[in-house]
Amino acid sequence: MPAATQSNPQSAIHNPLSAKLRIVIVGHVDHGKSTLIGRLFHDTNSLPEGKIEQIRKASEAEGMEFEFAFLLDALLEEQAQNITIDTTQLPFRTDKREYVIIDAPGHKEFLKNMVTGAASADAAILLIDANEGIQEQSKRHAYLLSLLGIRQIVVAVNKMDLVGYRQERFEKVRSDYTEFLTKLGIEPLHFIPVSAKLGLNITKNSPELSWHKGPAILEALDSMQISVPPEGQPLRFVLQDIYRFDERRILAGRIETGTLKVGQEIVFWPDGKGSRVKSIEEWNAKTPPTEATVGESVAITLEEQIFVERGDVGGPPDHGPAEGREIHASLFWLQEESLPLNVPFTIKLATQSVEARLVEITRVLDSSTLEPLAGSPGIIHKNEVADVRIRARKPLAFDRHDRINETGRFVIVTGKRIGGGGIIREAEYQDEKRLAGADENLTWTISPVTPDLRAEHFGHRGAVLWLTGLSGSGKSTLAVALDGQLHRRGISSFILDGDNLRHGLCSNLGFSPGDRSENIRRAGETARLLAEAGLVVICSLISPFRADRENVRKICLRDGIPFAEVFVNAPLEVCEERDPRGLYKKARTGEIKEFTGISSPYEPPVEPELELRTHEHSLPNTLSDLMHFAVELSRIPEPRVAEELARGSGI
Amino acid sequence: MDHLDQLEAQSIYLMREAYHSFSNLCMPWSMGKDSNVLIWLSKKAFCGKIPYPVLHIDTTYEFPEMLEFRDWALKEYDLDLIVKINEDARSGRGAYTASVGYETHDPVTVTHELKTVALQQVMAERKFDALITGIRRDEDPTRAKERYFSPRNADFEWDYKDQPPEFWNQFTTAQEPGEHIRVQPLLDWTEVDIWRYIEREEIPIPQMYFARPDEDGKFYRFRSLGCWPITKPVESKASNIPEIIAELMITKTSERAGRAQDHHERNAMQKLRAKGFM
Repeated sequence: MPAATQSNPQSAIHNPLSAKLRIVIVGHVDHGKSTLIGRLFHDTNSLPEGKIEQIRKASEAEGMEFEFAFLLDALLEEQAQNITIDTTQLPFRTDKREYVIIDAPGHKEFLKNMVTGAASADAAILLIDANEGIQEQSKRHAYLLSLLGIRQIVVAVNKMDLVGYRQERFEKVRSDYTEFLTKLGIEPLHFIPVSAKLGLNITKNSPELSWHKGPAILEALDSMQISVPPEGQPLRFVLQDIYRFDERRILAGRIETGTLKVGQEIVFWPDGKGSRVKSIEEWNAKTPPTEATVGESVAITLEEQIFVERGDVGGPPDHGPAEGREIHASLFWLQEESLPLNVPFTIKLATQSVEARLVEITRVLDSSTLEPLAGSPGIIHKNEVADVRIRARKPLAFDRHDRINETGRFVIVTGKRIGGGGIIREAEYQDEKRLAGADENLTWTISPVTPDLRAEHFGHRGAVLWLTGLSGSGKSTLAVALDGQLHRRGISSFILDGDNLRHGLCSNLGFSPGDRSENIRRAGETARLLAEAGLVVICSLISPFRADRENVRKICLRDGIPFAEVFVNAPLEVCEERDPRGLYKKARTGEIKEFTGISSPYEPPVEPELELRTHEHSLPNTLSDLMHFAVELSRIPEPRVAEELARGSGI
Repeated sequence: MDHLDQLEAQSIYLMREAYHSFSNLCMPWSMGKDSNVLIWLSKKAFCGKIPYPVLHIDTTYEFPEMLEFRDWALKEYDLDLIVKINEDARSGRGAYTASVGYETHDPVTVTHELKTVALQQVMAERKFDALITGIRRDEDPTRAKERYFSPRNADFEWDYKDQPPEFWNQFTTAQEPGEHIRVQPLLDWTEVDIWRYIEREEIPIPQMYFARPDEDGKFYRFRSLGCWPITKPVESKASNIPEIIAELMITKTSERAGRAQDHHERNAMQKLRAKGFM
């Protein structure tokens, strides 16, 4: 479709069947969104007869001069308050093609409406008032656009007439905003100085802004592409319902990606039951179709009567979605009522609908500044964005959002309403090699003994305690003592010691930064395996680099293994004075190269789960803190309380 | 897939979601062009069987041709048809002290009583929890702000100031007590899309949409159909679908210009809709 539009720029007018580009216009309140839209309609001659007269009357009734914004703000309240409450969609045409314009409200209160409008857009115009510059919503909206996956963005710097058409002002806004957008991975196609009110740089370049060498708004819009589903993706047939109107058993759903052919093998996840497509049903079809493609709502029958239900995702046997009860996601929250840890809600992913809860909030960002909020977050408030781990009551079939969008995102429903949405950051595929360099033919062996069963057997869950700190800070001493105490308490534990590992698993590694990273990665993977087996793993490694430790955290959390970074903290002087193995002396003389703290850096943890200052407190006290922490970490969580409550109230 | 295929696929998806989500669904049917597209899409969505009743709110001011069409379509599509008249309002019984009609009342009042109140009555009688409606965003600015799944409270009021979010094809499917949901599968369609689809699929529609000569020697056609006392035809020579589309591509008159109740006072449509009108 888009190709046809490009090859014949006039085709839209003669062929109203061509697809429309959907543009959302966002930005801070009063930066001129509705005015820009009114102007676009007016200047492209897209207004119905009498509309201008109607707007003039409405403007006079409110005691204002001619107000373009009234075109869209047709609701009574909006005219009185002069703000856009809800998202509005209107079609308009240029010489080149047709558009649907989505006007999204700029007020923070109406963020849910902005998301509603923007989620369906192909492209976005971010409006910024040249005078006011970047405001709260300018940032928040940009961040949401990035989460919603909108990549084609034009920044319009509006109200240039109010700043005397000065290029310096425009350049200042451009450089400020570019710096912010870069952090989000957004690269705007253009920055365009405009005056929506006066119609400058809207349909064509205006002499007042002759220093601007780029396109006017309309030209920029005409150069944008309509989003098309990426080709060559594996089939995702999302099952909506099973119909039995007659003797046939019909599976109704939509092909979100890929294609579906009569005769092909199809497997339904998360259960993994398979059959072949017997027919594609179509009412009133001259000849029954044999193939259906991405985007189609279809009804099919299967050769074999397997049990499938709404929510199942059909795919090819060798390229199915990921499945599991845990999801790592980035979440935006739109609802007044906050979203706390461990309180049940419904997750809706494609047509799946499953009870779930947050088991971890990794971090919460203030979406207007993109700064992480201080402290350890236990709740997500309205208009915040967070990285979270979600655990569902039943397995879900899903994809990583950057792999397949439609099955890589979800909404959260609390009570009766959608409260927020999220995109899935991580997913493990059976068909995807897990480690770099792994053989493509490797598959995962999945045991019937689940982590829950293992935890039940041990009476605690496996976990990784990662002790990091300078040589001589006390890691090994604490690790050995902790291991003993845990054992006496009936908790199965094991020590992974950096030096020990270097005798075997890591004997081929040296002390260069690359080798140190690989050393830590191997230790991390080993710790994860042992924790998966059910043990509390006490890792004692200097592990000087933050990135390496974060990597281990990821390795563990990816598989739902509780991970805690324990900072064994003692000043370098103290460690050097202790020098239990005489290593500092050798480092000072140069006998040992790249020794952490002396000739190689140590990056202390920023937010360790636990910090132990071994030079300030006695060993028994420090050990007691560590012991207490380890017991808590390995305790089987009791979300069941919340779940029971939920069941009792019939949610 | 071309543009119409995409619109069709999305509408079918929405109707199937509605059928899954609600236990007692109903589809109002005015016999107009959009309504007939809904019938057609329902047939496609459910493999030829429409699994919910269709509802005609009969104001008693229906064009005779429309009623003829209704009787024809009833058989053609094998519809489970409900016809509802607000009898109390027409005959001045019950809560009404006098008969309500265009002869005595303004169009906004009549539309409210004979359409919206009639709908409320049948909703209460039949306990429908959701309605599939044929409104489109391009018809009217207030409709432009609609959701695919839009809740209405027990008094049929539309809280357009606090609508639930709706994105990524996830909809409001749970109701607060007394609420019903309006499911609006044609929101994204434009008037031209509707005509192209009717043309492509050869969907039967009432002949009043096509131009016919009047006594004054000029040609007129109906662009939108409602009650006969308040629905005026537009001057037009478009006597087939390609001509209608050609006309729409250049017209600057709005679709509902011939519908008197919309223009009775400023924001009339918004007031009607806030009280439950579709």
